[in-house]
Amino acid sequence: MKVKVKVWRQKNAKDKGGFKEYEVLTDPDSSFLEMMDVLNQDLLNKKEDPVAFDHDCREGICGACSMYINGQPHGPSKGTTTCQLHMRSFKNGDSITIEPWRASAFPVIKDLVVDRTAFDRIIQAGGYISVNTGNAVDANSIPIEKDKADEAFAAAACIGCGACVAACKNASAMLFVSAKVSHLALLPQGAPEADLRAAKMLNQMDEEGFGSCTNTQACEAMCPKEISIKHIARLNRQFFKSGFSGNQ
Amino acid sequence: MSWISNVLGSSIGKKLLMALSGLFICFFLVIHLTGNLQLLAGDGGQAFNEYAKLMTSNPLIKFVSIGTYLVFLLHIIDGLMLVFANKKARPVKYAVGAKAGSSISSRNMGILGSIILVFLVIHLYNFWFVYKFGSMPTVDYGHGPVKDLYKVVAMAFANPAYVILYVLSMVAIAFHLIHGFASAFQTLGLNHAKYNGLIKIAGIAYSILIPLGFAIIPIYFYLVLA
Repeated sequence: MKVKVKVWRQKNAKDKGGFKEYEVLTDPDSSFLEMMDVLNQDLLNKKEDPVAFDHDCREGICGACSMYINGQPHGPSKGTTTCQLHMRSFKNGDSITIEPWRASAFPVIKDLVVDRTAFDRIIQAGGYISVNTGNAVDANSIPIEKDKADEAFAAAACIGCGACVAACKNASAMLFVSAKVSHLALLPQGAPEADLRAAKMLNQMDEEGFGSCTNTQACEAMCPKEISIKHIARLNRQFFKSGFSGNQ
Repeated sequence: MSWISNVLGSSIGKKLLMALSGLFICFFLVIHLTGNLQLLAGDGGQAFNEYAKLMTSNPLIKFVSIGTYLVFLLHIIDGLMLVFANKKARPVKYAVGAKAGSSISSRNMGILGSIILVFLVIHLYNFWFVYKFGSMPTVDYGHGPVKDLYKVVAMAFANPAYVILYVLSMVAIAFHLIHGFASAFQTLGLNHAKYNGLIKIAGIAYSILIPLGFAIIPIYFYLVLA
């Protein structure tokens, strides 16, 4: 099959950038990133600069791949990362527009690669639990209710790709922050620091320049891991608890 | 006291103020509509005019109304601050706009709010300002002259342009509420499978019935009474 791709090309963070159109001959069973590989091989053969894009595991678990494809982060397939999107989701002759994530907190480094270290700084602000060093504690030493474990696991499925920020009209990172807050707060190991964690991570999110939540639910609809916005409600509760009754 | 500004100045804090002020305005709209429906009593405006006098002379109600003005101001200023901050969070727009995943109302709360604000200014100028500071016709129901707000309303609703503006503004309010009502509960952290359905249904019913109730009045005045 043949597709027309309109790709955002930007030499570096300071370059103004613009779209460039390419035609790619690809296979319906190839993944979207494999189609990009073919395009880059073509460009290399022509001695042109290949398109820079993030990728790593290519099996939907690392959160490296991004790309805003035809108005949707990670493209048209629901609950799927770009690396697991297949060209059979498109028709022969389709025109595909590929843009980088757009957010002031995610500045473009080159082409489709954006700087997502803002997420790392949010995690550093509180997305951890404090434990003593030494031997690893037995995983089953503390009993945890099944529904709580399931809910924590559903939140922990967040791969930190930033699709929520890309999808949100306010470029808000609330779904990401709430998934991390929920995942730890629901488990006994994370509970002691739960309120303070919510406040610290939220403050860092604000500092990074992400927007606030309008509850449009676009993040939930576009999340490749289908994280629910009920985690955002939990983050809000935890933040109020910390703000109105905490000691800090 | 810096903790208050820290909490309320954060992104979630600003949303908390939006949710609380929004829900207060929802409650206010019910009271406002109950009062307005007396325009349809068919008594030449006596019930409505006496109600308007009570609302502007009772000291307790006067005290509450000052609070209501402040809540409206808070909702408007906080809302505008959020809109501008959120615009700044995405300085470069996408070439292909989002197609799916969110409702039109939820994406346009700022625009809907601005339309409602323009209506509010016109609305306050026509009725509230005239009642408080303008020259009003009076009517006597046997215990001294009462300002005849009913007559002012009837005159305004005889103007087709005003009726159209009023009805269109009610449509904007309906769309604003359809997202805002349920959204306020989510912001307050109230999201649970046990009552999410109830909030959704109550929100839709409220968002349709209240603006419809307001819109019926000018339509009735224009079509039936004029």
